[in-house]
Amino acid sequence: MKLGGIAGFVVRRLLLGLLVLGLVSIVVFAATQALPGDPARSILGRTATPASLKALRDQLGLGGSVLSQYFSWIGGLLHGDAGNSLAAQEPVTDLLGDKVVNSAFLVFCSGIISIPISVAIGSYAALRRDRTFDVSTSIATLVFAALPEFVVGVSLVVIFATTVFTGFLPAITIISPGARPWNDMTAMILPTATLVLAVTPYVVRIMRASMIEVLESDYVEMARLKGLPERTVIVRHALPNALGPTFQVIAINLAYLAGGVIVVEYVFNYAGIGGALRDAVSTQDLPVVQALAMLIAAVYVVLNLLADVATIIVTPRLRTRL
Amino acid sequence: MAVTSDIAVTPEPEVITARRPAGALLRSSLRLWRTRIGVALVVLLVVVALFGPFFAPHGPTDFVGAPNTGPSDAARFGTDHIGQDVWSRFLWGGREVLGMAVAATAIGLILGGLIGLVAAYSRNILDDVLMRAMDVILAFPQIMLALVAIATVGPKTWLLVLTVGLTTMPRVARVARGAAQPIVERDFVAAAEALGVPRLRILVGEVMPNTLSPLLVEVNLRLTYSIGLIAGLAFLGFAPNPNGADWGFMIQENRLALVQQPWGVVLPVVAIALLTIGTGLVGDGIARAAVGIDRSRGGE
Repeated sequence: MKLGGIAGFVVRRLLLGLLVLGLVSIVVFAATQALPGDPARSILGRTATPASLKALRDQLGLGGSVLSQYFSWIGGLLHGDAGNSLAAQEPVTDLLGDKVVNSAFLVFCSGIISIPISVAIGSYAALRRDRTFDVSTSIATLVFAALPEFVVGVSLVVIFATTVFTGFLPAITIISPGARPWNDMTAMILPTATLVLAVTPYVVRIMRASMIEVLESDYVEMARLKGLPERTVIVRHALPNALGPTFQVIAINLAYLAGGVIVVEYVFNYAGIGGALRDAVSTQDLPVVQALAMLIAAVYVVLNLLADVATIIVTPRLRTRL
Repeated sequence: MAVTSDIAVTPEPEVITARRPAGALLRSSLRLWRTRIGVALVVLLVVVALFGPFFAPHGPTDFVGAPNTGPSDAARFGTDHIGQDVWSRFLWGGREVLGMAVAATAIGLILGGLIGLVAAYSRNILDDVLMRAMDVILAFPQIMLALVAIATVGPKTWLLVLTVGLTTMPRVARVARGAAQPIVERDFVAAAEALGVPRLRILVGEVMPNTLSPLLVEVNLRLTYSIGLIAGLAFLGFAPNPNGADWGFMIQENRLALVQQPWGVVLPVVAIALLTIGTGLVGDGIARAAVGIDRSRGGE
């Protein structure tokens, strides 16, 4: 019965996620194809000849009604065909395959480092509430939460690569064709560090708040009164309960990383989807922009879904309400 | 306050106590040192951004020497990638970032506040429709939507302000709705409705003032992100004026010469960093003061 509740919840959230993705696809389509006049003309500029305009319109699939354009685009996406890149004249999927792997690896590195660190810092700050460690992490998280990622990234380059400690770490990440980002881990350090600094503050703050709430709860007091060692109280009783609300923030931050990589990859010339998106936007390569927008939105929706499901599973209180 | 005296059940006292926080909140937040430092940083950077151009030794696009030279008598912080004065461009470069970020935040605050209040007050299908629509916008990372728009229209000032404003809107709407929801269920709203006060007046006169405190915190947070986003888009190369002086764009154009001439990058990076830290500190100070106020009121 309980499992059925969770399954039902997952199905409902899944349907909602699909609905959101469908709406997102309409937004992307409207923004890139339907709304501001003729994209072919805006790409080619005023000097375009009627022949070149027609050629580009055909390539963008601009013939027919707006509705049929939309369905042919979305149908293609569902079959793994995102059209051809205007700049490279290659299928978008061929162009982006490796870059998706590279970006996923960057997000993976950032997540695998930032999550344990932030859970540990947040819990410790809660245990040392209002003491030096807590106050200094509170200020540090505040500062790093306020700083834009590119400011952090560029500062790290200035400090560790070009100016203060010249040549200590590579300023840009070169992934030669055919190579994988994990072949050269030193080049991963600065981009990963930038993303870690961007997301850690949020998780630290929610972890601290949630841990403080749990530590003040009756069952933790009960566990202490039973004479359990403080270590057991914290690791067995407090931590698992404090992690519940944190899951959601972790997943939201991983989802945020999907957007955060855009700027950070550009800072480090990292060959991923973020850099590709930036280049596609500046060359108005609409099929690439559309495909990447949908990909990033899909990652976002899926992670938020996972967050909700994980929160339900680790928070017994919520399970009964399903 | 214009309350007609012949109405017996005027919900006056409750409204007054509920209205006090926004002003009191600002005052009590200023007692925290982090708010003071934040205000000082923001004032400093706003002064630089607004009045900097009057003190700039050169115009933002004047050529004063060879590209990428270090600090000298002619150029205090050296020259940039095409030989313009870094110091002058820095002094000119804050207006655009700050102006656009403030405008975008204002749009997000007004639209988001309105939608959140209406959603909370409607208590029917409109609430669901509005908030689900906000969820769709939230299904995008903010920068993503801005980039999609830029891809078709180009980095126009109005477009950047509008997309950043519109993507800020659902985040504000959520906060406004959350703050307004407990209030629309309070007795004084029901009393005002029973008296036949127009719903718009209840919304503006009774519900809105009570949401100001959480919105005050939110607007600082949103301003911080808007500055980062606008500057970040300029850093990606999407600034409205090609070769215009803009802190974000300066970082992008000078970053390849970081080894020879770091100042063209360091000055704008420090400026954006201090500005966002400043707004972040102010927001946090207000949030902390709000918690304090809630506690002392709860203890009454």
